[in-house]
Amino acid sequence: MLQIHCPHCGVRDEAEFSYRGDATVKRPSGEDPEAFVDYVYNRVNARGWHIEWWQHSTGCRQWLRVTRHTVTHEINAVELPE
Amino acid sequence: MASYSGLRILKEGLTGNTGWRPAWRKPSPKPAYDAIVIGGGGHGLATAFYLASIHGITNVAVLEKGPIGLGNTGRNTTIVRSNYMLPENHHFYEHSLKLWEGLEQSLGYNVMMSQRGVLNLFHSDSQRNAFTRRGNALRLAGIDAELIGPDVVKAMCPLIDLHNARFPVMGGLLQRRGGTARHDAVAWGFAHAADARGVDIIEHCEVTSMIIEGGAIQGVRTTQGDIMAPKVGLAVAGNTSLLCAMAGLTVPVESHLMQAFVSEALKPLIDGVVTFGAQHFYISQSDKGGLVFGGGLDGYSSYGQRGTLPEAEHIFAAGASLMPALKRVRALRSWAGVMDMTPDASPYICLTPIKGLTLTGGWNYGGFKATPGSGWCHAWTMAKQEPHRLNAAYTLTRFREGRMLDEKGAGPFFWMQ
Repeated sequence: MLQIHCPHCGVRDEAEFSYRGDATVKRPSGEDPEAFVDYVYNRVNARGWHIEWWQHSTGCRQWLRVTRHTVTHEINAVELPE
Repeated sequence: MASYSGLRILKEGLTGNTGWRPAWRKPSPKPAYDAIVIGGGGHGLATAFYLASIHGITNVAVLEKGPIGLGNTGRNTTIVRSNYMLPENHHFYEHSLKLWEGLEQSLGYNVMMSQRGVLNLFHSDSQRNAFTRRGNALRLAGIDAELIGPDVVKAMCPLIDLHNARFPVMGGLLQRRGGTARHDAVAWGFAHAADARGVDIIEHCEVTSMIIEGGAIQGVRTTQGDIMAPKVGLAVAGNTSLLCAMAGLTVPVESHLMQAFVSEALKPLIDGVVTFGAQHFYISQSDKGGLVFGGGLDGYSSYGQRGTLPEAEHIFAAGASLMPALKRVRALRSWAGVMDMTPDASPYICLTPIKGLTLTGGWNYGGFKATPGSGWCHAWTMAKQEPHRLNAAYTLTRFREGRMLDEKGAGPFFWMQ
């Protein structure tokens, strides 16, 4: 069971959260279709530290930017989105 | 070469079993081959077998970073079926199922293919309509599918509680030709048959980078030195992104865990494969008596090869709600595979932007049943450097072109397929 430290609610079990994927992709500002293909579909899929979105969906509903290791599952940072 | 038959077992039994030889050689890598397959799981070994047996390309190496068959080939629930709705999928999986039906004769190896039937349960009018539609799509394509009512379900599997309060069982879609096979024997059988045709299976040989010149693959750097080949095929499942990155490619794949379990051995309880899709649970019984069961993804990206407890709890709860008699059964072992999830839950068997580099990957949680079909199509694609019509839709570019093969309609979210 992962434990995620929500800045509002404290340390909570992963069961309270929803995983929402890679947090490093950015919606393109222009209209280039290739940039949108990258944004929606292509992923680095790192074996190691991975910055990802988790939403505290059964708690305060805050979206959090979590840095987690994809082999050990260790979490070393939980931040509010800027 | 060792060959296997009833007569041979009798002869060896009478002579102290001294005549058996290893099922494949342990060669050192040559400096160059006509083709290299990276990944010594079912898909890679099948690719090598079909390159040698159908396309006459026998100067082939299969490079595997560990021992063969210990990735997802050894980490699944051994289910074989072809009951997909979309034509691109059911034609491919039906070809694969037909290869399964003759696989033991093709390989000269007992993979314990058992067509004991795969039953998908439904629990509502709308789900019955969706299953009817899928069954009709299959029958129009000449693939077997049968819609059965609750009485037949109960007769086939008396353990199922038809009157579950949340998910009452209203019937099921049955594919009688589906079933299970022995997963380890599939890897060993393909290895044995490929080796007998001259393929070098090189274990403990990890690819560390790719040698690419002028946009064309020249070979690979490995922990056992450089190995050159004008054709390189990837069959590396959950590590697809890492190997593609060595060639400078970013692909639509995210790696996720899926876990499964086997119980203590029991007397025969469950004849076929039963799937409870509404709660993500499926179960069959192995020939040794263990109940083999699994569930959905663990939910977040991982290369961990071990399951997490919240999903394990969910799988046990789902199983106990479908078959209350399982409540007192104890699990003996659990495992997790690293699934190469794609945005539409359909795979890739295709050329890549690097000349000579091909890929079979993106198998999501459905790679085991595809093993012979994937190898067959990937071998074709490697040999001819163009796709067969069966895998022509399985490209990396289909999302850009608006040609998603979205069997489930879950949207482009890797962890929700």
